[in-house]
This record gives sequence, C-alpha cells and structure tokens, in this order.
Amino acid sequence: MVTKSLHARHDELAETNKQLKILNGGIFAEGELPYFKDKIGNTGHFPLKPKKLEILQINVGYMCNQICEHCHVDAGPDRKEIMTRETMQLCLEVIRNTGAHTLDLTGGAPEMNPNFRWFVEEAAKAGIQDFIVRSNLTIIRANGKYRDLPEFFKKHNVHVVSSMPHYTKGKTDKQRGDGVFDKSIKALQDLNAIGYGLPNSDLQLDLVYNPSGAFLPGDQVAMENDFKKALKEDFDIQFHNLFAITNLPIARFLDYLIASENYEDYMYALVEAYNPSAVENVMCTNTISVSWDGWLYDCDFNQMLDLKVTSKINHIKDYNEDILNDRNIIISQHCYGCTAGAGSSCQGSVT
Amino acid sequence: MVVLTIPVNQGLGNDSLIKISTKKYTMANTYYDAADLRKFGKITDWSEELGTKFFDYYGKVFEEGALSAREKSLIALAVAHVVKCPYCIDAYTKDGLQKGITKEEMMEAVHAGAAIESGATLVHGVQMMNKYNKLSM
Ligand code: SF4
Ligand code: SF4
Repeated sequence: MVTKSLHARHDELAETNKQLKILNGGIFAEGELPYFKDKIGNTGHFPLKPKKLEILQINVGYMCNQICEHCHVDAGPDRKEIMTRETMQLCLEVIRNTGAHTLDLTGGAPEMNPNFRWFVEEAAKAGIQDFIVRSNLTIIRANGKYRDLPEFFKKHNVHVVSSMPHYTKGKTDKQRGDGVFDKSIKALQDLNAIGYGLPNSDLQLDLVYNPSGAFLPGDQVAMENDFKKALKEDFDIQFHNLFAITNLPIARFLDYLIASENYEDYMYALVEAYNPSAVENVMCTNTISVSWDGWLYDCDFNQMLDLKVTSKINHIKDYNEDILNDRNIIISQHCYGCTAGAGSSCQGSVT
Repeated sequence: MVVLTIPVNQGLGNDSLIKISTKKYTMANTYYDAADLRKFGKITDWSEELGTKFFDYYGKVFEEGALSAREKSLIALAVAHVVKCPYCIDAYTKDGLQKGITKEEMMEAVHAGAAIESGATLVHGVQMMNKYNKLSM
C-alpha cells in the first residue's frame, strides 16, 4: 500500500522528464511498438489539433485525503500545491467569458482547497451549462466540516462525478485504501438521500470506473449495467452514468506498472487496442486544462507531465480562446491510453 | 473482444524473429514464454487463409449473443484450465478483470471445469465396473 506521494518519497519518477524518458524510450525507441505520433500519422491525424472548446477543466490543487495507488496526479495529503484566490479570480474572469459549455473542477480533492466553496459560489453565478465537481466521495465522510457538501452541491446545482473502482469492497479498498469502500457507499447514500442520481432527477451523479490494476476497462455499457444492478441490490444506491476510464501510464500508475513488471505488457495492450476513430474525439480536442498555478495544458495528463500548451498564450492571465485553439497538441506515448478500445476521457468512452 | 489476438499490422519484423529464435536457444528451459501470447496473431503469417478464418471465427464466438460476453469469458476461463493452456489462463484472467468479474466468480468457474473434468474421469469407473463384472465369474 502506498502511504506517500512519489514527491514526498523523492522518488525519481516524481520528475516528469524521467517519466517522459521512459515513455519515449524502451520498446518504443527500439521500434518494437510505434510512436503515437507515427500511429496517428497513418490516419492523417498528425499534428493533432483542437476542435471547438467545450470543456474548461480547472485543477484547484494536488492535495487529497486519499493516496490511491493508480493516481496520475500523484496526489495526497502531503502535496502542497493549492490554487490561490488570486488565480481563482483570473479563472472566474475566463469562466464568465468562455465559449465552453462545461466547467470541470478537479484535483486532488478539490474540496480541500480553502477557497473551494467561495470559488464554486462565484463560478455558479456565471451560469455555465454543466458545472462538474470531481469528488472522491470519501471526502464527504472524512471530517465533520465536509458533511454538508452534498447540500452545498445541490444548492449550486453542481454535477457530481465520483470515482468508484468496483462495486465490491475488496477491489475498491485495494486500489484506493482501507475503508474507502464503506465511506464511498455512505457518501453515495447521502447524495441519493437529497435527490442526486435518482432516475428523473436533475441533480446529476455519475461514477467513474477505472481498472484496479494493469488491465483495460471493459465495455462501458456492460460495466454500467453491472454497477447499477449490484449497487441497487446491495446498497439501494442509484446513479446516472458510469464513465469507464483507462489508466494512463504516468505518475503513480507508471510507477506501479514498472514495479509490478507490467509496463511492457500494458503498453502492448494499449497499442493493440488502438482505435483510430477514438483519435477524433480525444479529450484534448475539446478541453483546456488549467493547473493550480494558472498554466494551461492540453489535458490533465499533460499537466502532470508538465507539458504546457505550445501557444504564445500559456497562462490563464493572458487567456485568449481563439489564439489558444490554434495550436498543435503535445503528444507522447501516454496518449495511447486515450485511444485504446472505445477510447477514454474524463467523460468516459469517446466512441 | 478478442483477447488472444494481436492485430496483424502489429507484427514484428524479421529481426525480431531472429531475436526470438536466439532467445529460444539460450533459454531452452522454457517451453512457454508469456511474451509469445502477444505473437499469437503471427500464426496467420504461415497460413493467411486459415489463420484469418480462425481469428474471424474466434472473434465472432466471443461477441455478445444469446450468452453475454461476461458468461462466455467465464466459460473460456474454465476451459482454459481444463485444457491447461497457460496462455489462455493469462488471457482470460485479464479478460475477466476487464469485465469486472470477481475473483470468487473466476474460482467458481475453475471449479466447474475441474468438477466436469474429474466427473469425466470418474464416470469411466462404470466402464471399469462393467468390464470387471464381465470378466469375473
Ligand atoms: S485518484 Fe483521485 S482520490 Fe485518489 S489520490 Fe488521486 S486525486 Fe485523490
Ligand atoms: S493524453 Fe492528453 S494529449 Fe494525449 S491524447 Fe489524451 S487528452 Fe490528448
């Protein structure tokens, strides 16, 4: 079980250039597997360009109450990177003027940012169509001060997206830590109790499933049916959609793959499952990701690899959607995680 | 989903074949190499028509049908144990994980296979009894 972030352990994989070296080297450098650039080039998708901006994803900090083994953020209680109120002000300016229809707040555990509630209140006033908060569920049960989060979300009509690796306790706790399953179940029941996730409710509650190990997610629809059936029968829990997300080989998941000697097999599996039609809709084609310190990225994964957008606009203080949208997206071999099978994004499958 | 195949366009070049054969000689103590599973698709190289027909058939069998893909995966896992194929065991354990099948379900499937296999042995005991009775006065 992981007890500290790679950063706190001073692990060499905490360095993004070390991760990129692995992703660019080995089986790819030796020509056993093709580079992502060449693979998408075969179908005329290189360079990868954005389409219309739809989603503004803001990462308000890497601090988290959990230390999940697969975390691509390398989040944890020991991470101190937290978005300041000043940077939030700059984000609000952008939120009020953006053409994007979705605002997506993520972390870490976004709720742990001391200015989180203020930020949500202000952002909600901008009247954005779909306002998502990615909540890990356990935070709601972590400490008394978070217990009223479901009511707070409801008040601002926040769309809650929560991770749930499995509908059984064993698998959930193995990936996310002891006790996570019971707390998550309780939190889901709290959300259901005030109307979240019920069949005809406008209070949207979606779950994110990502595999607890070195394998790819199965069919999203089949998984959703299994989750719905099991959670309803065992715990009387309901939710709207299940997003099946592939784990990308970066940060702690990369560390896990290497330590468990699954890295090569996993990369083979990703490349074998390459789906050209998923390339059309990878997340970076409709999303901009903002980091806690205001830098702009093609996606949350590139953010964690510290690959800032290749545009003269690369910080929220200079934000300009038109200029930004005319850029080439930075890719590397981690991108195969977005194009495997039915594809994968923060919204689940893309095909 | 076809779990045992690798797409033909992922095939390795001749260099890799040489590398593989070198490896075979230097590591002669292994008949089964886990990495060989990835190369399963290459059987098509030496018989394009039959290989392609097999993989088409294989893919079709495991599609959602009157039985769900999940049920078929568990059947495949049970059979994999009965035919004692390490490649299939690896492939269908992984496939089961991908489909969200629990370890308890997987182990029950293995027992179902094992029970039939031992039943098949034991039912021959009747033949033994028949023969015994026939030969005895
Ligand atoms: S995966 Fe989510 S809940 Fe788990 S440590 Fe990372 S940010 Fe926190
Ligand atoms: S990892 Fe990011 S840049 Fe790469 S394909 Fe996925 S969304 Fe796009």
